[in-house]
Amino acid sequence: MSEKKKMAIIASQGTLDWAYPPFILASTAAAMDMEVKVFFTFYGLPLLNHKIKAKVSPSSNPAMPMKMPFGPKFFQGFDWPIPNMVSGNLPGFETVATSLMKKTFKNKGVATVTELRDMCLELGVEMIGCQMTMDVFGFEKEDFIEGVTIGGAATFLDFASEADIQLFI
Amino acid sequence: MKEHDDELDCSGLNCPMPVLKTKLKIDKMDAGKVLRVITTDPGACNDLPAWASKVGHEILSNCEEGDKYVFYVKRGA
Repeated sequence: MSEKKKMAIIASQGTLDWAYPPFILASTAAAMDMEVKVFFTFYGLPLLNHKIKAKVSPSSNPAMPMKMPFGPKFFQGFDWPIPNMVSGNLPGFETVATSLMKKTFKNKGVATVTELRDMCLELGVEMIGCQMTMDVFGFEKEDFIEGVTIGGAATFLDFASEADIQLFI
Repeated sequence: MKEHDDELDCSGLNCPMPVLKTKLKIDKMDAGKVLRVITTDPGACNDLPAWASKVGHEILSNCEEGDKYVFYVKRGA
């Protein structure tokens, strides 16, 4: 058996939509017998919190389709033309958009971010919290789920330099 | 219906859950045993074979049964 393939990911975003790719790819790579390490930095760091509170932010996603998770098919398929001016400034819009997206994901059988994170842990993905971000944003190791290690740029690069796949998300 | 030793129903689950659940299930089986996997995710038709070839399991067959996709995965060594 040849040596295990390795994948190194930097997870730098904390919105609900951007929280998915690192956990999907990390869990699947681990299921494909790769050694996987994910380095959580900047806005990605809160994804290691006990409770994930990630929301979608329509204002930073100009191309995000606004779809309804209920009603007949033609209604669900309709892309609501809500201008950025409105979605970005309307109080509570983020909360509404977040619950709509969560509902759509659930309807389509997509796992929650927390479920995917649990899968990562079960499959042996190593999660590293960025020490510098912890200092800047005021996080303690106790804020994070069990099994998280703490490190910095050199920790990540040491692993990434020998990884077959390196992704910045 | 082919012969199989165990079964896993992933109906309703979307990417990457069918692959992850298949992996966790087949890990608990012995080499040479066959797992029947049922999924409704059309993406699994490419994903399960891709996963299996990477980790040394064999897809004996896959077929559509109504609106479901059924795979027979034989555990490698």
